[in-house]
Amino acid sequence: MSAEAISESRAKSDFWQGVRLSMPVVVASAPFAVLFGALAVDNGFSVLEAFLMSALVFGGASQMVGIQLFGQHVAPWLIVLSIFAVNFRHVLYSAGIGRRIAHWPVIQQALGYFILTDPQYAVAEARAASGRTVGFAWYLGLGLPVYVFWVIESALGAVFGKLIPDTHALGIDFLLPIYFLGLVMGFRKRPLWLPVVVASAAASIIAYKTVGSPWHVSIGAIAGVLLAVILPPHHSGVKARP
Amino acid sequence: MSATFWIIIAGAVATYLTRIGGHLVISRFDNIHPRVEAGLNAVPAAVLTTLVAPELLNAGPAEWAALVVTAVVSLRGGLMSMFLAGAAVLIIARQFVG
Repeated sequence: MSAEAISESRAKSDFWQGVRLSMPVVVASAPFAVLFGALAVDNGFSVLEAFLMSALVFGGASQMVGIQLFGQHVAPWLIVLSIFAVNFRHVLYSAGIGRRIAHWPVIQQALGYFILTDPQYAVAEARAASGRTVGFAWYLGLGLPVYVFWVIESALGAVFGKLIPDTHALGIDFLLPIYFLGLVMGFRKRPLWLPVVVASAAASIIAYKTVGSPWHVSIGAIAGVLLAVILPPHHSGVKARP
Repeated sequence: MSATFWIIIAGAVATYLTRIGGHLVISRFDNIHPRVEAGLNAVPAAVLTTLVAPELLNAGPAEWAALVVTAVVSLRGGLMSMFLAGAAVLIIARQFVG
């Protein structure tokens, strides 16, 4: 076997190893992809628009936020700002994974950052932490199935969502707050979680009552983040990095 | 092109900026100030909370029951189980209280 053939067959086996690791993520995200499609249609998106959003944004929570605000007829720039805010955590993933994939060609890096989701970061970082290299074939094997299924299932959900006759009886209109509460609870192990949540909740309710929607989103979020910044660092569990 | 289309494109660009921005910007600094990092850590919970809290003002008994069950299940289960539990309670309760 030539050296080229050996490296090609290694890339193939790396790819399929990544695919195997992607399967739990594919299964776990499937219901949310279908749900996104159905809710997107319920909030006034077309099937094509739901499909496009999944294909281009590829970020579950932020897509849900987008359609929720779209349904409330919020100004477009505020919808985009809210999507940006929900996705802002990727900045940290991007800074972390950048060290691991810096040896890839630039085009591969550009693609790698496009599919950088929460589980993609977690699994790739775990591999790097165990001393193995994060190769492009492996990384693509991990991310591509998640992407392809996410987009297809979103479109299926959108088609299915058009067929639901009584969305109130099925609770469709209140599924997003339940989903968002689930996400909020998922962050509860983070330092300062409770004070941040209390501050954001109080500020957003007051803003909702006084200034009105959609400003409660920005005002509430700023209140929580400011509190985290103002509290002394020893409370936030964050130490300066070496 | 519709407004929805442009919202999707702008949302996609904003999202891609967050995914490549950390590599392009943050990795150039040797140190992130602890207060800045604490603020960044707080962003997702802070934003998502603002999408739930005002809903409490308009929530009826069915919605309250669903949120309480979601919060309780979250202490043990993952996102999927808490979501399904909350949704099930909501659907059942709405059959009775509308």
